[in-house]
Amino acid sequence: MHQPPAVHATGLEKRFGDFRAVAGVDLEVRQGEIFGVLGPNGAGKTTMLRMLATLLPIDGGRAEIFGVDVVREPHRVRQLLGVTGQYASVDELLTGRENLRLFGRLQGLPRADARATADRLLEQVGREAAADKPLSQFSGGMRRRLDLAASLITRPPLIFLDEPTTGLDPRTRGQMWDTIRELVADGCTLLLTTQYLDEADQLADRIAVIDRGRKVAEGTPDELKGSVGESTLQLQLAPGADAALAADVVERVLGRSPVLTPESGRMNVPLPAADEAADVLIALRQAAIGVAGVTVAKPTLDEVFLAITGHDAGEESQTPTDDAPAMEVAR
Amino acid sequence: MSTVDLERPAPAAPRTPTVDPAAAVARARPRTTLAETVSQTLSMAWRALKKMRRNPEQFFDVTIQPLLFTAMFAYVFGGAVSGDVQSYLPLMIPGIVGQTVLTACMATGVQLREDMEKGVFDRFKSLPIARIAPLAGPMVADLVRYLIAASLTFVTGMIMGYSPDGGVLGVLGAVALAIITGWSIAWIFTFVGTLARSAQSVQGISMLLLFPLTFLSNAFVPVDTLPGWLRDFVNVNPVSHLISAMRDLANHGTVSAEVGWTLLAGLVVIAIFAPLSVRSYRRHL
Repeated sequence: MHQPPAVHATGLEKRFGDFRAVAGVDLEVRQGEIFGVLGPNGAGKTTMLRMLATLLPIDGGRAEIFGVDVVREPHRVRQLLGVTGQYASVDELLTGRENLRLFGRLQGLPRADARATADRLLEQVGREAAADKPLSQFSGGMRRRLDLAASLITRPPLIFLDEPTTGLDPRTRGQMWDTIRELVADGCTLLLTTQYLDEADQLADRIAVIDRGRKVAEGTPDELKGSVGESTLQLQLAPGADAALAADVVERVLGRSPVLTPESGRMNVPLPAADEAADVLIALRQAAIGVAGVTVAKPTLDEVFLAITGHDAGEESQTPTDDAPAMEVAR
Repeated sequence: MSTVDLERPAPAAPRTPTVDPAAAVARARPRTTLAETVSQTLSMAWRALKKMRRNPEQFFDVTIQPLLFTAMFAYVFGGAVSGDVQSYLPLMIPGIVGQTVLTACMATGVQLREDMEKGVFDRFKSLPIARIAPLAGPMVADLVRYLIAASLTFVTGMIMGYSPDGGVLGVLGAVALAIITGWSIAWIFTFVGTLARSAQSVQGISMLLLFPLTFLSNAFVPVDTLPGWLRDFVNVNPVSHLISAMRDLANHGTVSAEVGWTLLAGLVVIAIFAPLSVRSYRRHL
């Protein structure tokens, strides 16, 4: 039997006055996959998601959810998807239990079912959530997970996650990721937006990179990272060290020439495998070049961006994405 | 719904999918039925009542105002309008009821605006529910506030010596009429709530509506003391009809034609402003 894609959008467009927040994006999400939309703040990710979720009118192009037209049949589309927003869309003045019961009742569950579903989801989300106090007293991570639970009440086949872990601590982020993976095991399709390459890498089967309202790249996480190398080696040379000589040494070891910042004695070079950093350091020692600091960083969104678009990811965003995960091995 | 299970699957044995998109598409219906709309509205009213209980300051306007205004207006205007406070009360109490219920309506719009700015309204919009439910739900809950406002005004009046000749039934009828009319007129303020950009501007615009509606009526002074052009406006003002109807009910125990006019005015207001509100809510956010 022919299966329509979970999301099928062509030429999707949104204008705010003269500003084209989404400028003609094609998107196809297959059933059962996790699709990541990666981009900096202000790239148009959330706007795109909101259009697909019937929360914003579509200014141009078409979109279908499981073959159902978003513009013509919004009410049917709303029955097919659950939306978990960037900011927890749960009621702060109600308790977790009351929130889940309300959403269950609103979607037509009989009273007893709504109660049972709420209890079961609360158990899965965590013990804290079951406490009967208003959500305003809960931690951000717990609110976010309750929000996700609220999207699961009617088991919709498609779930939108808008930056599900932005602002969460690493442990809570890990728990969120686990829950997200379990969802797909149940046959859900997931469309998630994120600013973190790391997150897209961990979760997504395929990724679209969005920049200034356009799709600039699409592929598997490996394809995407391949375009910038596995990691980046950043070297800080000791004062007075010969930068040109150091660059030669690095190029001889890695086969690539580093990007130099001569004024500060710093250089960056893509690193195919992290352990090759050791080879570079040994070669530098043998050449008697002093090194003041070494960092091995995974490719950040900034670097992927730089590689794909030729400009900095932070350029158009309100807050720079400087919190991309980095692994420091030495200082 | 018993198939839902979020526990971690054993890594070795991926379980068969429990979500079937094709079945979900087949199940999805194009619009809500009337019964669903009513049930969703009641769920939203339940939410609003819960919030009221946790936010008791929402009751300030409907508790303090009846006490304060009844006493204030009686002692300030009583002598001037009716010769003394006691004979002013039958004229004034229904007027104050109208005024406090209208003020409570205004709060309906302001609170809706505040509420709509919260993240949870995003979820309401994304759910397959009737668009009118998030608007009508809080209004149903606000019936409680209108009830408090209207009853408290009558009680305050009686403590001050007002004895309604219409008896218990007459007073109850007047209170019921005030609540129904309050609910109808609240649609105007709900519309303003969906239209304005901030809660403050809702408050500002609503004040501009509220003052002419209450003071350019027969609430506090006999109409025949007014200049002719003003009398014309006062006579078509639905608030005047409400207040006349309440006076007839509470003071004489009669159901006059004014009751009919009041209900008709309420229906007209709903017929105009409910669709406008839903339309504006759809566009918003």
